[in-house]
Amino acid sequence: MHNMATTNRTAAHSSPKSRLLKRGWPGRLVWRAVIFLLYVFLLAPVLIVVIMSFDTQSYMAFPPQGFTLDWYARLTENAAFINGFRVSLIVAACACALATIIGVPAALALTRHRFRGHGAVSSLFLAPLMIPTVVLGLALLLTLSPWGLTGSYPGLVLAHLAITTPYVVRTTAMGLMTADLACEEAARILGANGWTTFRRVTVPLALPGILAGAVIAFIISFDEAVISLFVVGPSATTLPVEIYKYVEYRTDPQIAALSVVLIAISLVFVIVIERIIGLGRALR
Amino acid sequence: MTATSSIVSSATSSPATRSRRPIALGLLLPGLIGLGITFVLPLLWLVRMSLNKGGAAGAIIETISLSTYTTALTDSFTWQVTLNTLKLAVLVTVVTVVVSYPVALFLTRTPSRFRGVLIALAIAPLLISQVVRTYGWLILLGDGGVVNGILTEFGLIQTPLKLANNYTGAVIALVEILMPYAILAMISGFGRISTDLEQAAGSLGANGLQVFWRVTLPLSMPGVLTAALLVFVLTISSFITPSLVGGGRVFVLATEIYTQAKFTLNWPLAAALSMLLLALFSLLIAVYLRAVRRLER
Repeated sequence: MHNMATTNRTAAHSSPKSRLLKRGWPGRLVWRAVIFLLYVFLLAPVLIVVIMSFDTQSYMAFPPQGFTLDWYARLTENAAFINGFRVSLIVAACACALATIIGVPAALALTRHRFRGHGAVSSLFLAPLMIPTVVLGLALLLTLSPWGLTGSYPGLVLAHLAITTPYVVRTTAMGLMTADLACEEAARILGANGWTTFRRVTVPLALPGILAGAVIAFIISFDEAVISLFVVGPSATTLPVEIYKYVEYRTDPQIAALSVVLIAISLVFVIVIERIIGLGRALR
Repeated sequence: MTATSSIVSSATSSPATRSRRPIALGLLLPGLIGLGITFVLPLLWLVRMSLNKGGAAGAIIETISLSTYTTALTDSFTWQVTLNTLKLAVLVTVVTVVVSYPVALFLTRTPSRFRGVLIALAIAPLLISQVVRTYGWLILLGDGGVVNGILTEFGLIQTPLKLANNYTGAVIALVEILMPYAILAMISGFGRISTDLEQAAGSLGANGLQVFWRVTLPLSMPGVLTAALLVFVLTISSFITPSLVGGGRVFVLATEIYTQAKFTLNWPLAAALSMLLLALFSLLIAVYLRAVRRLER
């Protein structure tokens, strides 16, 4: 799992002879066609949603009939979606901030300090990702409801904290691991004290990892549907849950338009993460 | 998303990292409290709930007994649902691995300039909400959907195929949704395969197919295994897709837990079923982590 970059380089530099199979052109053509079709399959649901959102038909059918922006206009009048969007934004921002505040120090402790129970603590910080979200959702519902926290902002933020913290810890730790320890040592040798070294060397080196972790935490919270389904209530419902409930009974293009908006937002994040640390490393 | 064994094996030793236990504890404390409240406590509460008994109309009878478990495990419906979950997982895993393999191999070997873009394109769907992608499949697979539309247009079928609101639809959608995970796992596994062996086999007179069967495939098996286990655990814990594309006709443990928790309001039973799912899941995760560790060695 370690560095894809190194292995990629060797693969790219190998001579054409060493390529997987030395096929003639018909074989190569079939191979290319297979790969192309698999890509079509992989991207089909996203592409179709984009096409549908501009189609004039009010039910899903093929082929598209005409171009309209009507569905986007209707989105702005849909109170449930607008409200859901607002709830999701607020919850994701709070969960992301809180996860970063508690996750970054933990990552620092795990990469820069030795203590007893290191392995156990390290596993605990990843454990929420190793539990089916339905199970975690139910557990949170059972815990939050006696306190009357279901369907409230604090409840949703707490519920999202468990699944966002591991991403912050992991991504920050990865950043700290790859940062060169020699820089910190050099700073100490040159006379900087512990705090100055931390502020002037460690933090700047760790910043890309922290940023990437925070961005991933935000997306995970913003897109989270399963845990939210368990803990939402009429007073606070997130956007993915609104979409889920809508799609259960209807599939009109309004959802397609909304999906395109969400895809666009995801795309921005994908580009941001790719720029900061590389998508392959972030999503392992 | 993907599970990784541990964040770091142990802190690196150097003058700058001398053990300062109070500082380490201070740094860890906020995180430990946060996860304690939102993760450890809820799970303990879940275990406690599974030992209660469910009464009529959502009432919970406080007790400590295994009666909810015994009731659940003697009910043939529970076994049917568990079997369904495992069958779905096996089917989805096999198909996902088969369709992801060529893409992963292509991405590992291609000398293309656009390799980076192609990799990003293959795994970017991971960052698009699963609800949105599932909705895309509903449009594609529905009775008047795109797939049926195209097939009817070309005269291949007269009546629309039943592709959505059933088991078939759930399988197709899950395969697509889990493909990026499989591709990613395989790419990391395939990176280790040396092309020297393939070259050697080729120069010793093996043809393309022989090289693939006797060299490439056996060498890529560890990556395939990791991907398969990952897809398997993600399928048994998936909820959104079986629930929406299944149209209420696909009964798996995840959907049953949700129904019991939110509609039947039998929380003790929901908790007991969760423990069953958790047991299955943990068993497979343990196998998965062992496989990953062996790969990384």
